[in-house]
Amino acid sequence: MSTSPTRGTRPGGGSRERILARVRAALADVPAHEAPEDVAVPRAYTPAHGQGATVELLVDRLVDYRAQVHRAAPGELAERIGLALAHRRAQRVVVPADAPEEWFARTATTIVRDGGGLDVAELDGMDGVVTGCAVAIAETGTIVLDTGAAQGRRALTLIPDYHLCVVRADQIVDGVPQALPRLDPARPLTWISGPSATSDIELNRVEGVHGPRTLEVVIVE
Amino acid sequence: MPAFPEAARTATRDAQLRHNLRKATHTIRDKRDAVVAELDDWSRLRAAGKAIKDRTLRHLDHYLERLEESVTAAGGTVHWAADAAEANAIVTGLVRATGERDVVKVKSMATQEIELNEALAEAGITAYETDLAELIVQLSEDLPSHILVPAIHRNRAEIREIFRDRMAAWGVPAPDDLGDDPRALAEAARVHLRERFLRTRVAVSGANFAVADTGTLVVLESEGNGRMCLTLPRTLISVVGIEKVVPTWSDLEVFLQLLPRSSTGERMNPYTSTWTGVTPGDGPQEFHLVLLDNGRTDVLADTVGRQALRCIRCSACLNICPVYERAGGHAYGSVYPGPIGAILTPQLRGTGSAADAALPYASSLCGACYEVCPVAIDIPEVLVHLREEVAARPGHLGEKAAMGAAGWVFEGERRLGAAQRAVSAARSLVPRRLPGPGAAWTDTRDIPPIPEESFRSWWRREGRHGRAETDAPAPGQVRRERPEQSEQAERSERPEQSERGEDGRR
Repeated sequence: MSTSPTRGTRPGGGSRERILARVRAALADVPAHEAPEDVAVPRAYTPAHGQGATVELLVDRLVDYRAQVHRAAPGELAERIGLALAHRRAQRVVVPADAPEEWFARTATTIVRDGGGLDVAELDGMDGVVTGCAVAIAETGTIVLDTGAAQGRRALTLIPDYHLCVVRADQIVDGVPQALPRLDPARPLTWISGPSATSDIELNRVEGVHGPRTLEVVIVE
Repeated sequence: MPAFPEAARTATRDAQLRHNLRKATHTIRDKRDAVVAELDDWSRLRAAGKAIKDRTLRHLDHYLERLEESVTAAGGTVHWAADAAEANAIVTGLVRATGERDVVKVKSMATQEIELNEALAEAGITAYETDLAELIVQLSEDLPSHILVPAIHRNRAEIREIFRDRMAAWGVPAPDDLGDDPRALAEAARVHLRERFLRTRVAVSGANFAVADTGTLVVLESEGNGRMCLTLPRTLISVVGIEKVVPTWSDLEVFLQLLPRSSTGERMNPYTSTWTGVTPGDGPQEFHLVLLDNGRTDVLADTVGRQALRCIRCSACLNICPVYERAGGHAYGSVYPGPIGAILTPQLRGTGSAADAALPYASSLCGACYEVCPVAIDIPEVLVHLREEVAARPGHLGEKAAMGAAGWVFEGERRLGAAQRAVSAARSLVPRRLPGPGAAWTDTRDIPPIPEESFRSWWRREGRHGRAETDAPAPGQVRRERPEQSEQAERSERPEQSERGEDGRR
């Protein structure tokens, strides 16, 4: 055990002023009257790349990431979820406390609603999780969860090995620039683009290291 | 740590390493090219990324104060660390205060730069790396060799041996029958680390971006180890270089397009997590942000070198660099390898040591690193600038002599022309491998093909037709199609080529 003193390391110690003074000294070449906004940022980049109809594009990108994708009319959603869980042979799946009742009208799988009380070991024992989302980005095949309606806390979509996500067509945007204004930075966000993956071993892509190894998406149109 | 030339000499003799590196860098490079080509506004995104970073750096004090204010308002605590020792002391103190002895880590170059794991170990705290590649590096007591894929120098058979020999000492052992299939290796890592994630109560992370106006931190990753570290522990400590700040939430629309495509060659990385302070009932309930200087203000003070702080750690410059491809990351003797390391490290640490003074020379100055950089860092410009600094000191006689000879050739337009024609004429005589003492050189390098004619000679012939801007044909093709015309053009244009050449470009 080290006995080295932690002098000068407390929050609010002298280093804050020291670093800020060093920053200001380093920027002696910046004119005193220059404001941050005076440094022009050219925003001529394209807001949307128009790479195709958003639903088709999202499906294409998700499939490219080896996610499983289904499209369903609103009336078919319960049937779709029931089929997916049956195909997965899921006995017990966890869902956010506020997940719509009607999603699970056609499944024999035991639905466990999480009000925040399940511990990590209990979540680890689940066969999967079913959630909604906040936004989906077609161009990059990204689903964003913001812990809002039908999404639950972050651990829910992280620990079980299987994630079934319901995306409504009106939640799909073209590109990243359309997604950010819809999202509240004060909430913790999880952007998911395909299942967990690694390429660390000889650059071979392997799906699933720590996050869910299977991502299944139902797009409701 | 040996200086780059010596370290590279050893590394380039390792045929396995060169093979692994070549395969990896070329694969990532090709993927990057494909996804970058999908965006017709790439150059404009790049210009925006560069400008946002420049705005931030020129007003860094303002944005750091703003960030501190936002993070504090969101329930986090901000600490300022002037150097590595102070950052390590802060983190050690914070972990001690929790009473825990284990921390999980999501890949962070800043903590590697300050050697946090070693500092924690001295205080009796074990830091567990959780990125698969970092795990491989940690278990084998090795050093990372690439920004993005730190264990790129290891092949599957080596990784299997490392897991079988070392996992048990760190936690859940590898299965007895572990094979070398990447899927099986990843599964062994999953089992080994899951047990750790589910019970460790303190995490240490870095961040890709810190948003000043909202206090939001952003981590991009692939495996989910980041999500585990950022979600499950009770206490989260993020060590972030002061240059990682970006002004606004909407600025992320630029960087979340530039970074994944430049880095892994994906449209988006599998997981991106953002968090703002603490959220009751979800994720860590205690959040500390450690803002790290550790030489960054020295880089900021250099008006030419400052641009290195725009770096978003994508590693595109490593994957394109002919020097990195042969020498590997370890040869650079620093956490930051490749072209960006060659300019960042000597600026962070100064060029006082032989190892750091050699880094500005670890480049062919071919400019490919600048071309691929998503925030347009002119790496060759900074390299030359740093070379001037190093060369102003005594020593470096060999380089001075070489530069002197090159200077003699480049000085006279006719001398250069003659030298280039001589080389072109001899091109068919140049072998793939050199005999005798030269073989040592070509064992580890390809002799670049020598073009049929030099650009200068081609320009002299073709420049005045104004083709160069529009559909510039390869010199060889032109010559084959219109041999007579080109001969004639070359003769007639010679006297006025210099001025015309300059005008023709504009």
